[in-house]
Amino acid sequence: MSTIKKIRNLKDLSTSNDRFEGAHLLCPGCAHSIIVRELMNCTDDNLVISSNTGCLEVCTAVYPYTSWDTSWIHIGFENAATSIASAEAMYKARKRKGTLKDPDAPVKFVAFGGDGSTYDIGFQWLSGAVERGHDFTYICLDNEVYANTGGQRSGSTPLGASTTTAAAGRVSYGKKQMKKDLVGIMAAHGAPYVAQLAPNKWKDMIKKMQTALATEGPVFINAISACTTEWKFNPKDTISITDLATDSLVFPLYEIINGTELNITYRPKNVIPVKDYLGAQGRFRHLFKPENAHILEQWQKNVDAQWEYLQRREEARV
Amino acid sequence: MAEKMELDKVVVWDGNYAAAQALRQAQVDVVSAYPITPSTGVVEGYGKFLSDGYVDGEFIMVESEHAAMSGCVGAAAAGGRVATATSSQGFALMAEVLYQASGMRLPIVLCVVNRALASPLNVRGDHSDMYLGRDSGWIQLDAFNAQEAYDLVLMAFKIGEKHNVRLPVMVHQDGFITSHTAQNVHPLSDDEAYAFVGDYKPLDELLDFSRPVTYGAQTEEDWHYEHKAKQHKALIDSRVEIDAVFAEFEKITGRKYKRVESYMMDDADVAIVALGTTVETAKMVAEELRKEEGIKAGVVAPRVFRPFPFDAIKETLANVKAVGCMDRSAPGGALGALYNEVTSALHSGGSTALVTNYIYGLGGRDLTVDAIKDIYRELDKNAKSGKRSGKIQQFVSLRGPKLEYFE
Repeated sequence: MSTIKKIRNLKDLSTSNDRFEGAHLLCPGCAHSIIVRELMNCTDDNLVISSNTGCLEVCTAVYPYTSWDTSWIHIGFENAATSIASAEAMYKARKRKGTLKDPDAPVKFVAFGGDGSTYDIGFQWLSGAVERGHDFTYICLDNEVYANTGGQRSGSTPLGASTTTAAAGRVSYGKKQMKKDLVGIMAAHGAPYVAQLAPNKWKDMIKKMQTALATEGPVFINAISACTTEWKFNPKDTISITDLATDSLVFPLYEIINGTELNITYRPKNVIPVKDYLGAQGRFRHLFKPENAHILEQWQKNVDAQWEYLQRREEARV
Repeated sequence: MAEKMELDKVVVWDGNYAAAQALRQAQVDVVSAYPITPSTGVVEGYGKFLSDGYVDGEFIMVESEHAAMSGCVGAAAAGGRVATATSSQGFALMAEVLYQASGMRLPIVLCVVNRALASPLNVRGDHSDMYLGRDSGWIQLDAFNAQEAYDLVLMAFKIGEKHNVRLPVMVHQDGFITSHTAQNVHPLSDDEAYAFVGDYKPLDELLDFSRPVTYGAQTEEDWHYEHKAKQHKALIDSRVEIDAVFAEFEKITGRKYKRVESYMMDDADVAIVALGTTVETAKMVAEELRKEEGIKAGVVAPRVFRPFPFDAIKETLANVKAVGCMDRSAPGGALGALYNEVTSALHSGGSTALVTNYIYGLGGRDLTVDAIKDIYRELDKNAKSGKRSGKIQQFVSLRGPKLEYFE
């Protein structure tokens, strides 16, 4: 029988059973490891985890080593949602037939993908698995760039960010397009639980992770994962950069239940200007040139509009 | 618990339904599939058996063939019996995951109902998809009719799931000619079939929490080579296990299978080497020509396309003077794959046989009895004169001027 683990404070979290080994190859300051470790620490249930190809995968399973002290599978760049969904299907079949070694052991199925593999190449696999209603949680570690291949733009890269394939230059301000609203798209699938979380707000993060694991059916979570290498900030500032993201409302924290019931889960006491968040990262440095002032203005307008939209949806319950 | 099905001693099934019945009798735990002509009947069959309570499993109808094979990999790693079916473009879309399935040593059974690859789009049978899989690290078994499709699917589970094999297995049958043609089939009873296939014995499963496993690790230049070499060794070594399963199957059914099938080869001067339904037509033609024209004709057919039966091909063809290698796939700027593999086997045995490469039947173009007769006659002429009358590669039954290459 699965029970929700009690985590009252940071000490409870830090003394949890560590199933994600510290010996991995992720960059110092990478938020991926924080999010993955806390997901694995927020439950005592057995975990089957799948990962898409990406930073997390290449840094945690280089033969003959593994950082995963739990069942783990990686197939390709795009199909972690399918591999976990089908492992869950096999679990159901074997449970019915009585061929499981430990049929009463509580088990949760979790998939991790980066934004490249979630917003772009693996979107179809994710959409299909959610539509079919498998019992799993998909967590997108959203660092808004193809970091593993050296910083190319993805469907999650925000307006004006400079990447190697949408570089700021003499006549360009970087990426011309907006970030895709993947949380909205996943909610529109009618998934029972969809949420956006950030590792700086750890209580909110744990609560959402535990809700996700306790929810029957497909769950999608988008987790902001600050990338010291591609966002270009000092590795010690991962959490403070994430504070700027949540407090400027660039990355609002909310959840959507059954596709309609939207709850904003964090309202900053003092909302800071978007430019404070952008200015702290090298990927947006060029936006502060006089000729790009209109992009900074556009950014603030977009964030304001997004916040207003979320509030309207929260109120309207649609 | 699934209900049993009473089957007559002789039933009339097409190839797709025969394969579906084999999936049911093996009590496959998970089928992860996507529809594509002409293979859809296989998974439709499984789905219907599930709806009627004749099989207990999970049927995942995914959103693409790439996902279908991805689903097979995830489900197989979770420690149960897994199968699917596909053809042509679906096979091509699966290609990435085929290599991942074999690299992770997961015994998945894939029923491939052979069909041409676009462009131009074509739903009819040829062997383009079968050839596309030839370096994918899978065992490839080839059925020439519905009975064999049934038999080989049952045997595929038993071969692939052996712990000293642990490889995925494709069972090929020709699109439409086998898949959609109702024929007499002698099935096993449900009990006999299941007893033959046996319970699935999990190994390194994701659902054994007492012993966590990591699937799909990364290896670079330090270990990748050893992994791939080991996989090749497993394929080559599987020959012994394939023979053992064939022998066991013969014991319970009387139906004999060999890694290379041969017909009338004891005294043959000329032989056709072919795959799929062409084998059956060639057998009939060879018999006729022996009677009518005194041509000592024989037929050789690799039952197991991978691991390629190099030694058995060499032995079977050791004494023939002329060979026609029949490739039913666009050769794409080279000689046909079967020609290349058969000639390399012959060469290693010092054979001086004149080997001709006949390209035929692309996109479902019929290979007529008359066309096969002409091929045998040409081979006979070559055998008697000691020299090739045409060029090495020839296109059979093609509109326009004769297309032939290489001397």
